[in-house]
Amino acid sequence: MSKKTKDILKSVGTHVLIYAVLLITLFPILWMVLASIEPQQSIINQNAHGLLEFDATLRNYISIFTEYDFLKYTKNSLIVAFIAVALSLVIGLPCAYAIARFKMRKSSVIVLLVRMIPGISFLLPWFSIFSQLGLRNTYTALILSHMLVALPYIVWIMIPNFESIPVDLEEAACIDGTNRYGAFFRIALRLTTPGMITASLLAFIFSWNNFMFSIVLTGRNTVTLPVAIYDFVSYAYVDWGGLMAASCAITLPIVVLALLLQKYIISGLTAGAVKG
Amino acid sequence: MRRWFDRHMKLVMVLPALIFIVLMIIAPLAYNFSYSFTDWQMSLVKAPKFIGLQNYKEILHDERFLNSVWRTIVFSSIAIVVETILGVALAVLINRKFHGRRVVQALMLLPVVATPVAMGMVWKLMLEPSIGIANVVVEALGFQRRAFLATTGFESMLWLIIIDIWEWTPMVMLMVYGGLQTIPLEPYESALIDGATKWQTFTKITLPLASSSILIAVLMRLIDVIKTYDIIYATTQGGPSFATETINIYGYLNMFAYYRFGKAAAISVLFFIVVMAMGCGFLWVKSKVEVEY
Repeated sequence: MSKKTKDILKSVGTHVLIYAVLLITLFPILWMVLASIEPQQSIINQNAHGLLEFDATLRNYISIFTEYDFLKYTKNSLIVAFIAVALSLVIGLPCAYAIARFKMRKSSVIVLLVRMIPGISFLLPWFSIFSQLGLRNTYTALILSHMLVALPYIVWIMIPNFESIPVDLEEAACIDGTNRYGAFFRIALRLTTPGMITASLLAFIFSWNNFMFSIVLTGRNTVTLPVAIYDFVSYAYVDWGGLMAASCAITLPIVVLALLLQKYIISGLTAGAVKG
Repeated sequence: MRRWFDRHMKLVMVLPALIFIVLMIIAPLAYNFSYSFTDWQMSLVKAPKFIGLQNYKEILHDERFLNSVWRTIVFSSIAIVVETILGVALAVLINRKFHGRRVVQALMLLPVVATPVAMGMVWKLMLEPSIGIANVVVEALGFQRRAFLATTGFESMLWLIIIDIWEWTPMVMLMVYGGLQTIPLEPYESALIDGATKWQTFTKITLPLASSSILIAVLMRLIDVIKTYDIIYATTQGGPSFATETINIYGYLNMFAYYRFGKAAAISVLFFIVVMAMGCGFLWVKSKVEVEY
């Protein structure tokens, strides 16, 4: 066998292997999409027909927005995630900047430790404190708890970003008449936009996905999407089509973000693994 | 006033985050700690009663708790070993030349970022004994139908481990892949000249040079895997008959299913101590690794 045919065979093998792995990885997600447009009758008689032999329908999607009020849950999820990320940026960015500029190494360790604390340690005290303050069933409690998810990501990702800005640039700005706060706002924040996108994206995704804090702190009016999906199965009869349509609806925004902004998400997820 | 702000910039910048941390983290942790010494059940109105170390004594003799500890250890260790081996293998695979790298990378990312509860529901449907696709496949292959997540034996745990592997292997892969890309070409070239085999190149060059990113990926998984909650709660809630109950799930059930607040607090304190001890170990190892750069 010549070297050329060997190379071609190897390349074909690589492609087959990679796309096979990809198919396995995506199979559950594809199955979710498939079941979401499948009538209940056909889902519960999987044996009786071929994989794709069913009358595709949008009824499941229509029913989650008409019978189950998913519009409201989506709105709740968006409000909580957006405000939690925004507030986390407001308090997290200056904090990350100070840690980077004043070389507060110990504080950066605290940020990591915060990320490690098991969420279950907060559930009981938050539940009882927020109940006593009358804050259960309000956005406030949810937003505060989701900030705990968002803040560590933002600070953790922004510290190296701020460290990478040359101090000279800020000093030059100070000589030109702005003070150190001006340097922060006008120089540091502007030069770290990609880092901020990464941090906000990850914070948003993990707030959007959060289940443990939400299931404890939501009340009737503040149910977020993961909690709503969970509630789908708490009855004896499971509307699988509707459940899968709801799962698609909650996953879709994340899929779009991942496809459009994969570079940022990967750099955020792997932050800390690769230096420099 | 302005000069004060200028001189204390460090404090001013850190203060908001610090206040948040004290109010939302330190105070609740302290509360939780104090709850763990009380007998406090069912009601938020009835005051907790101080009972000293009684809760801890009860837990350490509670077979259900000890089983949940054991399960957490089994779940975490199998998941981590498989995710690491698979993740490294896949990282090496996607480090080869192929078409569609960007798309493949983005799509492989999906299990990591997709909402875990939704993914749990999909797996629940696929593995549902009477209507799921899994049993259709099993029967087509000529085997007996299985119960998957509905078994009381180890099988249900095994399926949860498989779900965790499906969900997180891509992250290990991406982290290791990032490490692979920082390896220079020269060592490979000299290995080629010296006539090293593929396996030798992999074990003598690739693995050692990627070891720090592999190690950090493993440690990151370690911190998260013992806290796995969403997938388990969405699919089995720890059942059937406690077969998939980990520490996290058992603690949660004590809080919001059995309303044994004092006992639940004690469980979460013990869990907190274990996780933080592991976390500090993680930081220590990480600092050791980073010196080598």
